Amino acid sequence: MTSTDSAAPAAAGKTHGNEFLYFASRNTKLVIGTVVFVLFLLAAIFGPMLAAYQPMTFDAPPGLPPSAEHWFGTTLFGQDVFSQFVHGLRSSFIVGALGGITAAAIGMFVGFFAGYRGGLVDEVLNMLTNVVLVIPTFAVLLVVAAYLSVRGLGTEALFIGLTSWPWAARAIRAQTFSLTSRDFVDMARLNGEGTFRIIFGQIAPNMSSYLVMTFILLFGGAILTAAMLDFIGLGPTDGISLGLMMNYSVMNAALQLGMWWWFVPPGLAITGIVGSLYVMNVGLDEVFNPKLRAL
Amino acid sequence: MLRYLARKLFIYLLTFIVAVTIDWAIPRFMPGNPVDALVSRIAMMPDANAALTSYFMAAFNLDQPLWQQYFNFWKALFNGDLGRSIMLFPTPVTTLIGRALPYTLGLLLPSILLSWYVGNMVGALAARRKILDNTVLPLGYLLTATPYMWLGILLAWLLGSVLGWFPLAFGYDQALKAEWTWRFFGSLVFHWVLPFASLFLVALGGWAIGMRNMIIYELESDYANYLQALGAPARLVRKYAFRNAMLPQITGLALQLGAVVGGALATEIVFSYPGLGWLVLSGIQNQDYFVIQGVFLFIIVGVLLANLIVDIVYVVVDPRTRVGLQGDAA
Repeated sequence: MTSTDSAAPAAAGKTHGNEFLYFASRNTKLVIGTVVFVLFLLAAIFGPMLAAYQPMTFDAPPGLPPSAEHWFGTTLFGQDVFSQFVHGLRSSFIVGALGGITAAAIGMFVGFFAGYRGGLVDEVLNMLTNVVLVIPTFAVLLVVAAYLSVRGLGTEALFIGLTSWPWAARAIRAQTFSLTSRDFVDMARLNGEGTFRIIFGQIAPNMSSYLVMTFILLFGGAILTAAMLDFIGLGPTDGISLGLMMNYSVMNAALQLGMWWWFVPPGLAITGIVGSLYVMNVGLDEVFNPKLRAL
Repeated sequence: MLRYLARKLFIYLLTFIVAVTIDWAIPRFMPGNPVDALVSRIAMMPDANAALTSYFMAAFNLDQPLWQQYFNFWKALFNGDLGRSIMLFPTPVTTLIGRALPYTLGLLLPSILLSWYVGNMVGALAARRKILDNTVLPLGYLLTATPYMWLGILLAWLLGSVLGWFPLAFGYDQALKAEWTWRFFGSLVFHWVLPFASLFLVALGGWAIGMRNMIIYELESDYANYLQALGAPARLVRKYAFRNAMLPQITGLALQLGAVVGGALATEIVFSYPGLGWLVLSGIQNQDYFVIQGVFLFIIVGVLLANLIVDIVYVVVDPRTRVGLQGDAA
């Protein structure tokens, strides 16, 4: 109640963007989350350039613990773990981004139209949402992935996106419902604006913070799902990923041999990325929603 | 109440039909024609050839029109025929699933129910209590962000490999025979602890966070303020907040089921635990598609049944659904 209340008048005179930055930079959760996320992102972008070895070649002595030569040690087959790690990070970010975008696009489309149009459109879309919501999507992914003989990052992300949108659609629909009855939407309708223009010109901007947070959660969810699929052995067939690293290490008795450098980094990275996204989300919630700031 | 349940039942029925249709359609319309691959695989197994070919005739009947194939698929399903395993020919898939199911259920049921219960308690305690909240919240986020299998791997490595307290793999001591003796039962429990713990812990974080947020939300509502203004003791206000915060958590339980099942599959693989996850893994490694499809259908049916149970519980807990007011948003 103390610091934020006294700080508010100082920011009131500035423009909206500055006010956001003002509160964002003072929110520890958001700052910590963003810093951790950006660190992993930088490692994913520049790590592969730093890595002295190829991720999948067997050109090092097998089973080495971390050293100056091999920063994260080597696998049982003599692959460089650091190189696998940074390449895997890259795959995780790609899957998270593509899967998150796909799911957000479908969720927004379904949510906006169901919420704005109402009536029969809502009934049908809501039914669809409920069906996909109830289906254990992981089981669907299992069957689909098992039948694909060649799997790439793109297809994996696409299928994760296609199955993970329902809760987002539901949340966006509820928000749209409450916005649709507002005066400014009625005004736009009286002006003769079309459905698309009203949704993307009036409704979407008024829940932009909500959409950002939805996308963040979808991004993290996609990374977790992809890691699980990869671990079960249904990951990309043409590369390395963090889930695959864990799969290889468990399948090749890294646990029994005590080769912790093989399975600790990939899991730690996933936990770090997804955790930082969740914490960022809480921070953003507090920044966007003044009611929560006092807490 | 009946309308509420009927609506839910309709959705579950529709979901089941969609799921079975997916199960039927994927092998037929996937690029690369997996059916051909299957047939060529069987051709290499002379003893299996005759029996499997007849099954294919029944299940796939590729020369018949599509609607007829679809109809046959449903007919086989209602006869409990999910095909035969290729890797363990000629065991029917249903037998393999029946063998694995007790292990998966033994992991899933206690971990889901206990993590839900304990998580709600911890979350309710932590809400609006500075010190507790500052430890529970970060820990909760850390746990929900952890991939199920990684926590399993860490536990197996620390408690199994380094400290040697628990066994690293399998459902029971492989030297023992599967029979109902105390020794076997003890071994069963002993092997169950680590996979259970990893499932329990990951799920725990999410429930604790959810409950904490709900309680804070409820404590800000009008009825809580009113009670406080009347001078009601804080304990009483919290009690009412808890009962209201419970409802979304019950709905959440149904929504989380799919994810937890996925987590259980991954965890079983870490511990070579002989449940459905292990079965799926060997199915994938041996390209035993019928096994994967069978497990898929079993998971769908299980999750739908669990959803139905949650709905019935919801009707019991929330009186609004009984008198026809829509308590739940769905």
